[in-house]
This record gives sequence, structure tokens and C-alpha cells, in this order.
Amino acid sequence: MPIKSYLAHPHDGKYKELLSELSNITECDIIPSKNEEIAIIITDTKDDLEDQNLQIVINSIKSLKMLSMVSGFETNQ
Amino acid sequence: MINEVTNRRYFLKKMAAASAMTAAAALFPGIIFAEEQIRDVNISANLKWDKAPCRFCGVGCGVLIGTENGKAIAVKGDPNSSVNKGLCCVKGYHQTICMYAKDRLTKPLVKKNGKYIETSMEEALDLVASKMKETIEKHGKDSVAMYTSGQSTIPEGYVASKFMKGAIGTNNLDCNARLCMASAVTGFLTTFGADEPMGCYEDIDHADVFITWGNNMAEMHPVLFSRMLDQRLKRNVKIIDFATRTTRSSMASDKSILFNPQTDLAVANAIAYEIINNGWMNNEFVNEHCNFSKGLTNIGYGTEDKFKFKDEPEKINFESYKEFLNDYTPEKVSKLSGVSVKDIKYLANLYGDANKKVVSFWCMGMNQHTRGTWINNLVYNIHLLTGKISQPGNGPFSLTGQPSACGTAREVGTFTHKLPHGVVMNEKHREHAAKIWKVPVERIPSKPTYHATEMFRALDRGDIKFIWTQVTNPMVSLPKVSRYTKGAEKPDRFVVVSDVFPTPTSDVADVILPAAWHIEKNGMYGNSERRTQYWNKMVEPPGEAMADAWQTIEVARRMGYGDLFPYSKEKHEEEIYNEYRLHHKGKKHNMAPLEVLKTQAGAMWPFVDGKETKWRYNAKYDPACDNGKKFHFYGKKDGKAIIWQRPYEAPAESPDKDYPFWLNTGRVIEHWHTGSMTRRIPVLHQAMPHSYVELHPDDAQKYDISNGQKVKVISRRGTTILPASINERGLPTKGQVFVPFFDENMMINDVTLDAFCPISKEPDYKKCAVKIEKV
Repeated sequence: MPIKSYLAHPHDGKYKELLSELSNITECDIIPSKNEEIAIIITDTKDDLEDQNLQIVINSIKSLKMLSMVSGFETNQ
Repeated sequence: MINEVTNRRYFLKKMAAASAMTAAAALFPGIIFAEEQIRDVNISANLKWDKAPCRFCGVGCGVLIGTENGKAIAVKGDPNSSVNKGLCCVKGYHQTICMYAKDRLTKPLVKKNGKYIETSMEEALDLVASKMKETIEKHGKDSVAMYTSGQSTIPEGYVASKFMKGAIGTNNLDCNARLCMASAVTGFLTTFGADEPMGCYEDIDHADVFITWGNNMAEMHPVLFSRMLDQRLKRNVKIIDFATRTTRSSMASDKSILFNPQTDLAVANAIAYEIINNGWMNNEFVNEHCNFSKGLTNIGYGTEDKFKFKDEPEKINFESYKEFLNDYTPEKVSKLSGVSVKDIKYLANLYGDANKKVVSFWCMGMNQHTRGTWINNLVYNIHLLTGKISQPGNGPFSLTGQPSACGTAREVGTFTHKLPHGVVMNEKHREHAAKIWKVPVERIPSKPTYHATEMFRALDRGDIKFIWTQVTNPMVSLPKVSRYTKGAEKPDRFVVVSDVFPTPTSDVADVILPAAWHIEKNGMYGNSERRTQYWNKMVEPPGEAMADAWQTIEVARRMGYGDLFPYSKEKHEEEIYNEYRLHHKGKKHNMAPLEVLKTQAGAMWPFVDGKETKWRYNAKYDPACDNGKKFHFYGKKDGKAIIWQRPYEAPAESPDKDYPFWLNTGRVIEHWHTGSMTRRIPVLHQAMPHSYVELHPDDAQKYDISNGQKVKVISRRGTTILPASINERGLPTKGQVFVPFFDENMMINDVTLDAFCPISKEPDYKKCAVKIEKV
């Protein structure tokens, strides 16, 4: 049951679009910065497969320029 | 069970978010994530917001603190503060969380038969007063001491000074700012005759070039670094990082230049050499506004008890200064410093270019230095030679480490030699203080006694029998600390510790007095740019916790000095501030009235005719200038600043065959100094749970050490064991290790050396010799 955090960087001028698209993904918590065009994404999935699928979904967002993983927690609970 | 699982996952998600916030803060210092702060808060609730300066660091960011039902539950940057313009760093955002730590001190504790027994505040204060009185009667007034802080509020520092110097009549008062800012003070006093920076943070908005001298601003002053990065985006300014180790600041700068430890002295002289020999000197400015002097050389390091030093300044002329600089050609200095000739010339060119405005920033790298006063003088030399000083975007800027190192330690004067206005050695200054304090002038001794390191040596020797520490944790922060811990534990010593949390210092206390936190009392701090900021008490302190100032007043009254402390409990901070302002009356240092401070995010002194002063010594901005010239360095009798001839001298201890590594110590963005507060903030503690030793990858390979493996760091004083960090946050040069000092469980100050600058008495935490062993 992985929990991971990422920094999401948008393409120029696409920050609002990125936040909007990310907010449609139920497995993601989004913490947008108030003064920089960067958002924290926290993912919470049932297993590795779901986690991998979620990454594919996030990486397919066109307004996303770069996704940098920051931390990951594996938990059985 | 379901609830437990939910809580655990919630906790892990918070940890994941904290890690990401820390990483983001490294990339974008000052980044704001308001949602994270208010996630658990019902934003429609009736939050009351009030302004305060941040509790951490000397930048003095304005924050807004949200309270509800008597509890502080949210923090945000104050958009009305010109310091941070709404920005905040990770420490600032989470600062109030530690107030609610489970092990918060709420009841006085008295040690009896080796165990701490809870008692009432009344009884504890009675005991402190009677012990202090008894010690004075038995051993004299110089057998008692107070050791306070650059985190003490202005009223706290003021009553401590009045109590020790005006009431008891001893100069046994010093503070932890001696460990971080004393060299800046002596640098200012020797060059300008007056303390504290001439410029302000607005310089950032005007400068073309920033040169940081041994100063990792991205982690230590992240909001100011963020403002510099912002200017780079807007105006393409240049940031040059000049340091002994590669840090986050180096990585974010336009250019990183590394130098061998201690050789900043030589490089600064080489820059001066280049400025003069390339004809970049501002002759008009130098002729009008500067004198030249030299002092004693081979001045020692103070590692022995009762070390004494007094400089003997001697006036020299420009020609002899120029001749002295011939020993500091870029070619000669390059060999010593490891800085290429090209880079030395590059730095000199930046300073020497008449079309570029330059700000130099520094903090601990230059101050915690066995020649700290000298290196401060030498950077001032560069700005004086080029006339780049006291103007928007041009100036040397010594940053402070603590929130009121300037406001309390330096301005109120909680050093052994200081008075609120002036120094104890000056008869007129003593008369001035005595008049306001309403005490006989003879009561204030004319000789300074113990600076911080010597104060704790005196405690170890037994010359001091009673010591009271407030708002500080010397048993983690002093260099070669194991000696002082053992000294404090000797049977006939009496140690009183006022603090918010238990610390290694309270572990050696005979009495522990629970203190009120920052926003649990009214207060004022003064930041690095001479800005005094006021805040209101926002919540009640827990249990019997009490403001430090009121603790001092209560003890003073019990000792028979009640007439000197006629303040009311409810308004004592205001009454004390109004009395304190009398000391600084006049155009050179007038403090803003409290009514002004209550309504705005601080004001910079001198505050004259309703206006703050942004650039001192410049007649265009500073009402105290009265010599009829463009600049007036009025701290000196003739109105001229001094360009000092100061040589390179080696550090107290250098690597050798037996101890082949330099040890450099410092801080990390997540933790405030000794970590007693920030390690009680879960998100910060999780992000940086323990200290580490940074190694260069080549050294790690040579010793077969990999990331996370335990390494013993050994000096001639002591040892500590830490996990290795290789190619992570910072990168020391080959032959150097770096250790943060926030972790009381990995006490690096058992290893450091108590050598100090003989003029400022500030210890050098940046240079000593160690060896390492894989554990």
C-alpha cells in the first residue's frame, strides 16, 4: 500500500491547467504552492500495480513538464 | 482498528508531504504551501489573526498567527511585512506546533537528591533569589552570572542587564550572541565606531551583484535568498557564492568559488590589492571619508583560561597600506587559498566595476572565525575602497542568526562589556545608564568580566558559583562542551535554567523554571536590518510557565531591588520598552515609539521625526549626518571610517598527519540551532531526524564508507558517531567533513575547539582538525 510524494512542475503558463487535471484524480492529494508554479502530489494506492497505473495516468497529463519523486512509504496497513 | 489504520496512513501522508515541502523549499526558498498549514483547520472557523516576527532566525520575517479557542493553530507570511512580503520558510510555517509538544515544561522543577521535584513558581523563585543572595554574601557579587540569548525579547534582555549591572553591580552578564554575532559587532565598532548594518533588505531590490561570504543563505536565510533569486528572474542580477563547501546556495548561485578554510582573509586582501592596482579605487570617497590603521598581529587564539588581549591600533597612511598589500597579489594568494587567479580577479572586478552595485552578505562563516573581527574589517575595506557603501544596492551586510541578536543582545547590550547605550568602560555611558536606572554610578563596574566561553570556564574553575541561563542551550551550543557540562555538574555550583523544553542544559540545572513561548507574552525583537518589531500576547502560557522578564523581576524583588523594577505584570513589556527608549534617545539611535510598532510590521532605527532610516551614514537618508558632506561615519570622532591593515594568520588548529580532516559545523534548513524547538515539530523532525557527517566521495571511497554507515569523528577533545552523508545535501571539499550541530544525541560540540577571535571572543566552529573511523 504505497504512499508517495512528488513535486509536479508545469509547462510554462499551464499551472492552473495542471492543478485542474490533477484534482480529477481521486488517488492524489494536491498541495499547490501559493507563490511558485509547483505542486506537491501525495499518492495513496492499494498496491504496486495500482501505483504504477497511477503514475502512467499522471505522466500522461499534457500540462505536466516534470514529475520528481521525493519520498515513498510502503505500508501493509 | 480502523481508526488506527486511518491515523497511520494519515500520518504517513503528512510525512510524505513534509518531505516534499522540504525539497520544494530547497528549490524555491520561501515557497508557500498554505493549504498544508490549514488542512486540519476549519477555515470558516472564527480564527483570530495577529502579527508577530518569526520566532526563528535573524531575518525577522513578519508572520500572521491564527488562534482559535486559546490555541495557535495556523501561521502564514505577513504580506504587509517589507521583510518577507508574505513569504515564509518551512521552519516559520510550523513554528507554533512545538508549543504543544507533550514534554513542554509547565511546572518548576527543583533537584533534590538527584531527582527533579515539582514545586510552585513562588517557591522556585524564592529558592533562586535566596541562592543568588547567599552566593553573593559568601563569595562576592562576581560569583553569580546570567547567560541570556539573542532570542530573548528586548524587555527580557533589558531587565537582565539592569538586574546584573544596575542592581547587583556585576558585569557577569553575557549571552549566546557571543557565539554568533560578536565578530560582527567588533568589526562594525573598529571600522565605523557604531554597531549594526548601514543598509537594509531593500538593498536586494537595487543591487546588481550579490557576493555571499561563507554564507549558505538558501538554508539559513531562505527568504532573503528567495528575494535574491526573484531579482535574478526580474533583472538578471548575479549571485556569487564564496565558501569552503558546496551547498544548496552554491548550486543555486551563478558561480560557486571555493576557498581553503581561513584564507578568506588573504582573498579579501587580494581583492583590495586588485582594486588599488587597477585604478578602481574611489579616490574621492577614500580621501574624504576614510583613515587607515593597523593593529597587533600574532594575536593568539584564546584556548587557554583567562586569556587576555587588547589591540593597539596605530594610524598608517595609504602608501604603507598599499605596500602591505604587495604580499597579497592574486598569484600569491591563489597558492594559499586554492582560488584561481582568474576567480580572484573576477571577484575584484565585480567590486571594482563602477557601474555595478554590489552587496556582500555574510553570517557565521565570517563571524565564527579566529580572526572574525579582521575578516569583517577586510570586507568593509573592499566596500570603503570602492565607495560602495551606505547607498541603495551598495553595501556590506552582516546577517544575524537569531531573531533578536541585534535588538536584544547588541542594542540592549546583554554582553559583559555593554550597556543599553555604550560600554561599561566609558564613564559617561555608565553615568547615562545609572541616571535612567536611578542607581549610583559607582554600582556599575567599569571592567568587563567574562565573555561566554570564559564564563563557563569560570563556572568549571569555581570562580562562578551560580549561573542562570535564559532562552538558550549552552550545553549543546558551546564549543568543547563536555568540559562545561562537567563544570556545571560540580557539587558546589548552582545552575538555574529558564526554558520552554527540557534540554541538555536543563539536565544540569538545580532549578528549572518553565518559560512562556514567543507568542505567550508581549514582546519585541530587533532583526538584522535594525528593524524593531512588536507582537501581542496571543495565547496563555501553559501551567505555571512565565515570561522570562517577569521571572527576573520577581527574583530581583525578592533580593531587595524592588524599587528598581516598579513594573506591572500586565504591562511590564510596554513599561520596560518605554524606559529602554530613553537610553537611545537622539538622532543616531532613536527607537520607534511603541504605538508605531503596534500598528505596523516594525520600524528601522534611527527613527527620527516619524521616519525610519534605511541607509545610515548617507546624508541623503540619515538625519544624524551633520558634517555637511555626502557621507558621515559619525561613530568615529572625526567622522571617518577606518580601512584596516589586517594580515592572513593561520587558524588555531589545522589538519595534520594524525588528524587529517578539517571539521566544519553548521546548520540545516529544517532545524533551529540546537534543535530544542524544531525537533519537537514532527514534520521538521521527520524531514531531518538526526545529524550526519558529510564526506567528499573520494574520502568516503578511501575509507570504504558508504551512505548511512556509521562514522566516528574524533578530535583531540572528544568524539561522536554519526551516519555518513555522501553526495546528498552538501559537498565538502576533499579533506573536509561537515556536521550540523542541531542533534543533542550526536554532540559534535564535544569535538570542536574553543578557540576564539581575541578581539570579539567569538569561537570558531568552522575549523578544527579531526580524524574519522568507520564504525
